[in-house]
Amino acid sequence: MCADTAIKKDHEEGTRREFLNLAAGAFGALGTAAVVWPFIDSLNPAADTLAMASTEVDLSPIQEGQSITVMWRGKPVFIRHRTAAEIKSAEEVPVNALRDKEEDKDRVQKPEWLVMVGVCTHLGCVPLGQKETESKGDYGGWFCPCHGSHYDTSGRIRKGPAPKNLAVPEYAFLTDTTIRIG
Amino acid sequence: MKNSILSILAIACAMLGSVQTVSAAGDVAKPKQMDWSFSGPFGTYDKAALQRGFLVFKSVCASCHSLDKIAFRNLEALGYEEAQIKTLAAEYTVTDGPNDEGEMFDRPARPSDYFPNPYPNKAAAKYANNGAYPPDLSLMTKARKDGANYVYSLLTGYKDAPEHVHLMNGQYYNPYMAGGVIAMPAPLSDGQVGYEDGTATTVDQYAKDVVHFLNWAAEPELEARKRMGVKVLIFLSIFALVMYGVKRKIWHDVH
Amino acid sequence: MAGGQRQKFDNPVVEWVDSRLPVFTLMQKEYGVFPTPRNFNYFWNFGAIAMFMLVTMIVTGITLAMQYTSSTSMAFDSVERIMRDVNYGWLIRYIHMNGASFFFIAVYIHIFRGMYYGSYKQPRELLWILGVVIFLLMMATAFMGYVLPWGQMSYWGATVITNLFSAVPVVGDDIVTLLWGGFSVDDATLKRFFALHYLLPFVIFAVVFLHVWALHVTGSNNPTGVEPKGKQDTLPFHPYYTMKDTFGLIVFVIIYAAFVFFMPNALGHPDNYIPADPLVTPAHIVPEWYFLPFYAILRAITFDLGIPFTEVVLIEAKLGGVIAMFGAIVLLLIMPWLDTHPVRSARYRPWYKKTLLVFVFGVVVLGYAGSQPADKVYWQTCIGSEAACEATDAHHGAADATGHHDVAEKAPTVLKFDNTMLAQLFTIYYYAFFLVILPLLSRKEQALPIPKSIHEAVLAKSKAKETK
Repeated sequence: MCADTAIKKDHEEGTRREFLNLAAGAFGALGTAAVVWPFIDSLNPAADTLAMASTEVDLSPIQEGQSITVMWRGKPVFIRHRTAAEIKSAEEVPVNALRDKEEDKDRVQKPEWLVMVGVCTHLGCVPLGQKETESKGDYGGWFCPCHGSHYDTSGRIRKGPAPKNLAVPEYAFLTDTTIRIG
Repeated sequence: MKNSILSILAIACAMLGSVQTVSAAGDVAKPKQMDWSFSGPFGTYDKAALQRGFLVFKSVCASCHSLDKIAFRNLEALGYEEAQIKTLAAEYTVTDGPNDEGEMFDRPARPSDYFPNPYPNKAAAKYANNGAYPPDLSLMTKARKDGANYVYSLLTGYKDAPEHVHLMNGQYYNPYMAGGVIAMPAPLSDGQVGYEDGTATTVDQYAKDVVHFLNWAAEPELEARKRMGVKVLIFLSIFALVMYGVKRKIWHDVH
Repeated sequence: MAGGQRQKFDNPVVEWVDSRLPVFTLMQKEYGVFPTPRNFNYFWNFGAIAMFMLVTMIVTGITLAMQYTSSTSMAFDSVERIMRDVNYGWLIRYIHMNGASFFFIAVYIHIFRGMYYGSYKQPRELLWILGVVIFLLMMATAFMGYVLPWGQMSYWGATVITNLFSAVPVVGDDIVTLLWGGFSVDDATLKRFFALHYLLPFVIFAVVFLHVWALHVTGSNNPTGVEPKGKQDTLPFHPYYTMKDTFGLIVFVIIYAAFVFFMPNALGHPDNYIPADPLVTPAHIVPEWYFLPFYAILRAITFDLGIPFTEVVLIEAKLGGVIAMFGAIVLLLIMPWLDTHPVRSARYRPWYKKTLLVFVFGVVVLGYAGSQPADKVYWQTCIGSEAACEATDAHHGAADATGHHDVAEKAPTVLKFDNTMLAQLFTIYYYAFFLVILPLLSRKEQALPIPKSIHEAVLAKSKAKETK
C-alpha cells in the first residue's frame, strides 16, 4: 500500500521493499488465519461429546403397535414396532407420488422395526403420533403440530411444508432385540 | 504480637478444624532429577513406557487411587486399538441407570466411561485408609512442584525413619514427602507386576513407567502442544525478521 | 473528535460511509497521520502490546466462558474438560492463563516507562490517573479470574483476600459476608466472581478508550520529555510506529508463546491443580506473581499503630496492612502532585533516576519477599556465650510453634534479619520515595541541561553515532 511510490525511484530498493511488505502481509494473514482456526474448532463437538454419540436400546419390551422414544445426541429417536397393516400400507405407496422419493424397504432393516429421528424436517419440532392418544395425521403415521406436516407409517412426508422424510439414523442390530444407534 | 497476615490466616484456619499438619518447607528432600523422554521442547511420550505404566497403575495404584479425568477412550493415546480398549473397559464394572424401573444397575464399562473410583466416596476412601485420603492421580504430576521427578522420587524414596522422626501406626517415612511422614506404605516391590516386553521388573523401572503414565494422564496434550509450539516459534521468528526489515526500510530516511 | 473539515476518499464505499459517519477520517487522523514524536524508544511499544493483550484476554476469555461452569461442584472439572476434551481447549486456556501474566508484564513496563520519562506530569495527569484506574480494574479482574478454576489456591486466595475487608472497622464482617453471599467462600461467591470477571474487562476496555482519547488530546510524551515544537519533531503514526509496534509486538509474542507452549504452568502454582478443599489449607498461600509486591506490603505491617507510651491502639495491624497495601496504589494516583519538578524525563534528572531505579529494585525485592514465608530468616547472629546460643538454637523451633517468644532470663541476644523485616524495609522505601523523595527532589534537584527540541536531541544522537 505504501510501497507503490518507491518502485519508480529506485528499482532495486523498491523491489526489496515491495517484497518485504508483501512478505509481512502474507505472514500477518497466515498468522491470523492460523490463530482463528483453534477458536472456531473449539466450538465443534468436544471429544467427550463425540464419545457419547452412540446409544444402545433394548427392543424386547416394545409390543407390536407400540412406540418408544429414546434420546440420542440430544434428540428424540422414534422406534416403532409396526403392525402388519402399517408395513403393508407403507410398502404399497407408489414411490413416484412422494415428495421425497424413498422405498419403505430402504428405510428399515427389519420391516417391523422403524427407527428414525423424531425431528420434523421442516423447522425442527417433534411430531406427534408416538402415543395412542396423539394425532397421527392423515396418513396414520406422525403429525407435526407446528406447521402441519403429515408423515406416513414409514415416516415419509406426505402433506405439509416439510421437505424431507424423517431421517433414519445410522443403527445396527447387535442381537435380534437390541440395536445400537450411532 | 499481632501479625496481620497470620490473623487473616487464623480466620481461615478457624473455619476448618482440620488436622492437616502444616509442614515447614525446609525439611523436604529435593526430588531426583530424571531424564524423561517427555521433557524438553521436543519431548514425546514413549508408548511402550506408557503401556507398562498403565499396567502398573492398574494393578497397583488403582486399588486405592482414582483416576477421575481419564476415560477408557483416552487410552488410544497409549497405542491401544479400539477393540483392545473395548475389552479393557469391559473388565471394569460401572453403575448406570436408572433403568425403566427406576433402578440403578451394573454393566460392563464402555470406552466412553471414566475410570471407576475404587471407593464410593471420599469418606469411604478416608475410612479405608486410616483417615488419609488417597488423592486422585489424574493431575498428580501437575499438582506438585517438579511433579514427575517428585512422584518418581517419592515412589523410590522410602527409607527407615531417622531417629528424630517418630512414626505412628500406619505412618511411613519418606524424605520426599513434605514433613517426611506419609500414610501410604511403599507401594512397589520388585517383580510385583509382570511385563511382557522383557523390561526389568524392578521398583525403579515400575516407578519410571508409572510416572510416565501419570504425566500423560495429567498432560495428554503435551505432544501436540510442543509440536505446535515449535512451529509457532519458527513462524514468529521469521515474521519478526521480516517485520524488522520492513521497519528498517521505513525508518531508513529518518535516522 | 470528528473535525469539521473532511477530506474526500477515493473509494466510493468508504466515502459514502465517511460522509455519514466519519470513522475513516477519525482513523486517518488518530492513527494514520497522527503526529507522533520521532524519538520513541521501544519502551513506547508497551501501550500497544497491553492493548493487544487486553484483546487476547477478551477473545480467549469469551471462548472459555462458553465451556466453563461456575458452580463449585463442576468448575474444576469443567476446566479439566476444556483442557482435555474441547478442541484446542488446552491452547485457549493456556493462552488465557499465561496471558494474565503477560498482560501484567506489559502494563508494569508501561507504568515504569511513564514514571521514568515523567509521562504523568502536567498536562497528562488525567491520562495517568485513567491508567492507574485500568491497573486497579486489572487487579480485580485477575484476582477473580484466578478463583474460577476452583483449585486450592483459588479457594484459599479468595478466602484470604476477601477476609482483608474484615479489617474495616465496625462493618468489616458484614462486608465480608456480603462479598461471600454466605458464611464462607462458596457457590454464591464463585458465581458472582464469574459474572464480574466477565464484566470487568469491558469496563477496562471503556477506560482504555478514555485513556487513549486523553492521550490523543495531549499527544505522547517522549524520551526527552520536551514537547514537540513543530513538524521536524514528529512523524506520522503510520507507517512509522504501526510497523515498529508490530515488530516489537511479535518479539513480545515470541516470549509469550514460549511460555504457552513449553512451560505453561511455570508462572502458576501447582496447588491450583488440586481441587478446592475447604478443610485443608495449603502450606503456603501465595498470590499470583503480579500481586506479590503488594502482598509483601500487606504482610509488612505486623504491629499496631497507637499513641506512643499508651495502650491506645488507633489502627490494628490487620487494618494497617490493608491500608498500606491500598495506599501503595493511591500513591500512584497522586504521583503527579507529589513530583512537581519542571523537568519530565529522568534522563536529565540524575537523582530522580537513581532513586527511581532503587524504587524499582525495591518493588522487585518486595515481590520476592511476598513469595517467601513470613518467618524466613536471612541472617542471624547470636551475642552471648556459646552454650547459651546453642541452647536457643535447639529450642528455636519449639518456641516458634507454641508462640512463646519470651525467653529465659539468661538468654543471649539473637540478632536476625527475617522476611518480615525485609518487607518492612522496602515498604518504608516505597512510601518514602513518594512522600519524601519526590517532593524533596521537586524543590532541590538540579536538572541537567535539556535539549531545546526533540529534533536537536535526535541530531545530537546521530552525530555522536557517526563520530564513533
